[in-house]
Amino acid sequence: MPSALPLADPAPRDGALPASVAAGAEQRDFGVYVHVPFCRVRCGYCDFNTYTAEELRGARREDYASQAVGELALASRVLHEARVQRRPASTVFFGGGTPTMLPAAQLAGLLKAVDERFGLAPGAEVTTEANPDSVDERYLHELRDAGFTRVSFGMQSAVPHVLATLDRTHDPARIPEVVAAARAAGLQVSLDLIYGTPGESIDDWKRSLDAAIEQAPDHISAYALIVEDGTRLARQIRRGEVASPSDDLQAEMYELADTALAAAGYAWYELSNWSRDESSRSRHNLSYWRGQDWWGIGPGAHSHVGGVRWWNAKHPAAYAQRLAAGESPAVGRETLDDETRRVEEVLLRSRLREGVPSAMLTAAARTSVASLIADELIDARAAFQGSIVLTLRGRLLADAVVRALLSD
Amino acid sequence: MTALEPASTDPEFIRNFCIIAHIDHGKSTLADRMLQMTGVVEERAMRAQYLDRMDIERERGITIKSQAVRMPWAVDGQAYALNMIDTPGHVDFSYEVSRSLAACEGAILLVDAAQGIEAQTLANLYLALENDLEIIPVLNKIDLPAADPEKYAKELAGLIGGSPDDVLRVSGKTGVGVEELLDRVVQRVPNPVGDADAPARAMIFDSVYDSYRGVVTYVRMVDGQLTPRERLQMMSTRATHELLEIGVSSPEPIPTKGLGVGEVGYLITGVKDVRQSKVGDTVTNAVKPASEPLPGYTDPKPMVFSGLYPIDGSDYPDLREALDKLKLSDAALNYEPETSVALGFGFRCGFLGLLHLEIVTERLRREFDLDIITTAPSVVYEVTTEDRNTVTVTNPSEFPAGKIHSVTEPMVRAAILAPKDYVGVIMELCQGRRGSLLGMDYLGEDRVEIKYSIPLGEIVFDFFDQLKSKTAGYASLDYEPMGEQEADLVKVDILLQGEQVDAFSAIVHRDKAYNYGVMMTGRLRELIPRQQFEVPIQAAIGARVIARENIRAIRKDVLAKCYGGDITRKRKLLEKQKEGKKRMKMVGRVEVPQEAFIAALSGDTEKAKDKK
Repeated sequence: MPSALPLADPAPRDGALPASVAAGAEQRDFGVYVHVPFCRVRCGYCDFNTYTAEELRGARREDYASQAVGELALASRVLHEARVQRRPASTVFFGGGTPTMLPAAQLAGLLKAVDERFGLAPGAEVTTEANPDSVDERYLHELRDAGFTRVSFGMQSAVPHVLATLDRTHDPARIPEVVAAARAAGLQVSLDLIYGTPGESIDDWKRSLDAAIEQAPDHISAYALIVEDGTRLARQIRRGEVASPSDDLQAEMYELADTALAAAGYAWYELSNWSRDESSRSRHNLSYWRGQDWWGIGPGAHSHVGGVRWWNAKHPAAYAQRLAAGESPAVGRETLDDETRRVEEVLLRSRLREGVPSAMLTAAARTSVASLIADELIDARAAFQGSIVLTLRGRLLADAVVRALLSD
Repeated sequence: MTALEPASTDPEFIRNFCIIAHIDHGKSTLADRMLQMTGVVEERAMRAQYLDRMDIERERGITIKSQAVRMPWAVDGQAYALNMIDTPGHVDFSYEVSRSLAACEGAILLVDAAQGIEAQTLANLYLALENDLEIIPVLNKIDLPAADPEKYAKELAGLIGGSPDDVLRVSGKTGVGVEELLDRVVQRVPNPVGDADAPARAMIFDSVYDSYRGVVTYVRMVDGQLTPRERLQMMSTRATHELLEIGVSSPEPIPTKGLGVGEVGYLITGVKDVRQSKVGDTVTNAVKPASEPLPGYTDPKPMVFSGLYPIDGSDYPDLREALDKLKLSDAALNYEPETSVALGFGFRCGFLGLLHLEIVTERLRREFDLDIITTAPSVVYEVTTEDRNTVTVTNPSEFPAGKIHSVTEPMVRAAILAPKDYVGVIMELCQGRRGSLLGMDYLGEDRVEIKYSIPLGEIVFDFFDQLKSKTAGYASLDYEPMGEQEADLVKVDILLQGEQVDAFSAIVHRDKAYNYGVMMTGRLRELIPRQQFEVPIQAAIGARVIARENIRAIRKDVLAKCYGGDITRKRKLLEKQKEGKKRMKMVGRVEVPQEAFIAALSGDTEKAKDKK
C-alpha cells in the first residue's frame, strides 16, 4: 500500500493557482518531476506510489506517457494564467516506481514535451532513476541522445541475502556493467544504497559501501531502511518473521558510511547524500530542500510553486480519468502561510551542509543553540558565523535538533 | 390488617435487624424479595436490588451506603413493624458497620449455600456477637445446582452453636423460605427497649447526601421521641439544626408525626455536608437535651493514603470540584492539595482502606468522567528522629532526612479464608509480607481460616491481587487494626540523572529496599525513552545508592528519507513529534512521557511500551 495523502484543502478542478504564487518567481528555479508509477514487483519495504501490472485496475502503462504530456500542457496553461514568469526548467527528474519500465523513446518523448512547454535551461540537469536490471547500453545511449545527463541506479546493496530481503531482483554483478554503460554513454552516475536491512551485518554493509565506491560514481545516496506502515515488511516485523531494524546499528552504519565515503573523496551535502564535488550534487533534490518551484507530473506527484503545495490523485486510473475529463489531476493542496514556510525552510535546510541561517530562527529557538553546541549537535564555528550546520552526531539526531530549532 | 402507625408504635411490636453477608452472597436480592413480600414495593415498581442506589454499588454488588426500610409483617394475627437496616459489607467501613449493628437487636447471617462463609462475614459476625445481637443463620441460593446446604449448615452451626436444622434455607431469587425467615425475625429478634419519658436520644447510623434534599440522616431512636419542627442538637459538636422533616423509609421516604422509642427513620435538617451529621453521633432535643450521649462515637480515621492526580493536568480544577462534591456524601474522605514533579498538581487523600480508595477513584471516573492516576498507597508511620522528634508520615515526602531513631507502622490482624489446598501459598505470601501467623482454624472439612498479624503497609501494596491470583480467586481477606509495631523501615528514593522523582519514593522495610529499587529502576528503564545523553536511574536510601540502571543515549533520531516532493508529510511528522514532546514532563533535562510515570506506578509496563 502506498502511503496516505496528507489532509488538506481540496484543489480546484481546473487546477488554477492563486495570484500569490507569481511573486518572486524570477528568483526561484523551476524544475519538473515526472513520476512513473510502475514496477514489475513491489518490494516489501517500499511505500512509494507505484503499481504492478495487476494493481493497475484498467489503467494502461502504454497510455501513461500521453497522459503525462497532457498534464504538462495543463501545467503550462495554469502557470501562465497565474502570471508566473516563464522559466526554463533547470532540472528534470524522472522517478518512480521504475521510470525505466517505460521504453527509452517514451522517456525521451516526455523530456521533449517538457522542453516544448517550458524549455530547458542551459546546462539543465536531467536525471532518471533506473533499476540495474531494466536498462542496457543501448537504452542509456538513447537517453543520453535525448538530453538526459544523469542516471541514478537503485543498487541498494552488493550482498545477495540483503537484496533478497529487500525483494530486489537484480544480480549484484549488473552494477559494474550498467555503471560502465552509463559512463560510456556520457551520463553522470549516482548509486542509491539502503542500510539497516533486517539481517544485514556491519560487514555486509562495508561490502556494499566498498562495492559502490569501487565503481567511482559521481554521487552516492545512502538511506536508512525505514519500516513504513502498511508495507509487507511492516507486517512481517509485526508477525515476528523479520527482526526490526535497530537504530543503534543503523547509526553505526551511517558513521561507517560517512567515514568511508569521506576517505574516498565524497563529501556530504545532505543527510543522506554525498557527492564528489559541487557539480555532481543532485540539483533537482536540492531544489526541494531549498524551497524552489517544481511541477510534479504523474499520479500522486507533489508540486510546489510559490508557497502553494498540491498533490495529484494517487491511482493511475483516477489520474487518467481526471485528465481525460479536462480537469486537473490535483486532489489536495495547501497554501503555506509565512510561519509555515519558515518552519519548512528550517526543517529542510537544516538537513543540508549549507545549513540554516540563524537569522531564520525565533528568539526562543536561538537560546537553544548554545545547548546544541554544548551537546555537539551543531558545528560551533559555523554557528559563530551565523549558520546552523549539523555535526556528524547532529546528523544522526537531526530530528531532535530541528525540534529544538523550532521550539516555541 | 392495617400496618402500625409510625411515631406511636409500641416497641413490643418493633423488630430491628440487619443482614450480614459477603459480597455476592445475595443480600440485596433477598432484601428486594422481602420488600415485595411485605408489600412495600409493588411488583412492577420492583427494580432489582432496590436498596442499592448508586450505580457502582449495583455493578459491584457492594453496598456502600446503608439505608433502613420499614416493612409491615404479621404473625398470628398481630401486626409488627420490621426495620431492616442495610449494612455495608466491607471492613473498610467497619465503623459504619458497627453503628448499623448497634441500631439492631438481631442479624440475619446470610451465607451462599454454594460457597460457605467468607472472611468479611466472619468479621461482621464477630461485631454482631459483640453487640449481643440475636443471630439468625440462613443459607441463600439453595436453588443453585452447586448448593450444598448440608455441608454449610454444619459449618454455620459449628460457628455460632445450635443445630444445623436451625439454619434456614432460602432463595432470594425464587422467594422460597423468605416468609419463614420473616416469621423467624419476629419470633427470635428481641424488641427494642428504651425510656419513652427520658429526653430524646437517637443514634445516627448513616448519613447520606442527596442533591435535592441535602443530608438525609438515618437514626435509631433509643429514648424519648422526636417530632417535626423541633430544634435538634448534635451531641458531639453541640451544633443545632431545625428538624424540617422526619419520617420512615418504606423504602421511599414517608414523612411522619415523629419517631418514638425503638423506631428507625430519617431526619432532614437542610444541612449540606455529611460532616455536620456524623455517623455514631447522638441527636437530642436542643431545648431539653439528654445529659449523656449514647456510647460508641468515634471520628473515622483514615488508614490508607494515596496521591490522586488528573492524567490531563488541565482537569485539576475539575478534580478539586469532584472531591468537594464527594466529600458531601462521604464523611470519611479527606484530602489536601499536593504537587509532584512527575505528576503535576493533585491531592493527597486519606481513605478508610483499600476498598474505600477504589470506590472513590471509581466514582471520580464514573460520576465525574475524570481520568486519574493514584500513587502507591501509603499508611501512617510515626517516625522518630535521632533528636527524638516524632513526625507523623502519611507520604514518603514527609519522611525526615537524616538519622532516624525509630519508625512505627500500623499492624492489622488479617483473616484469610480459603480451601485448605491453598494454605501453603497463602502462608508463603504472608511470610513474604512480614506477617506472623496467629493461628489457623478449620471451618468444616476443607476450608481454613488463617490468621496473621501483618503490617498494613504490606497489605495496601498489591497484596489482595496476589492473594487472589495465587488461590485462583478462592481466598477471601478481611483485616482489622491491631496496633502498631516498630520496624526497620527506610525511605527509598528514585533518582533520574540525579533528580529525585517524588512519585516513586516509597517507605519499605530495609530487607525489601533492594528489591523495590531493582524493580522500580528496571521498570523505568523499560518505560523512559532514550535521550540524547545517558540517563542513570538510581534507587537510593538517603545518599546511598542501592540499585542502578542506565538508559543508553539514543544514537539515531532522524528520518533519513526526505526526497521526493512530499514536504507536507515531513512537516506534519515534525508537528506530531513536537506535540508528543509537549506532553513530556521534564525531570531535570530528562524528558519523560506522562504515560511512563503512570505505567511505572501501575506496574503496567507492557501497555506503555506498545504506545511508544
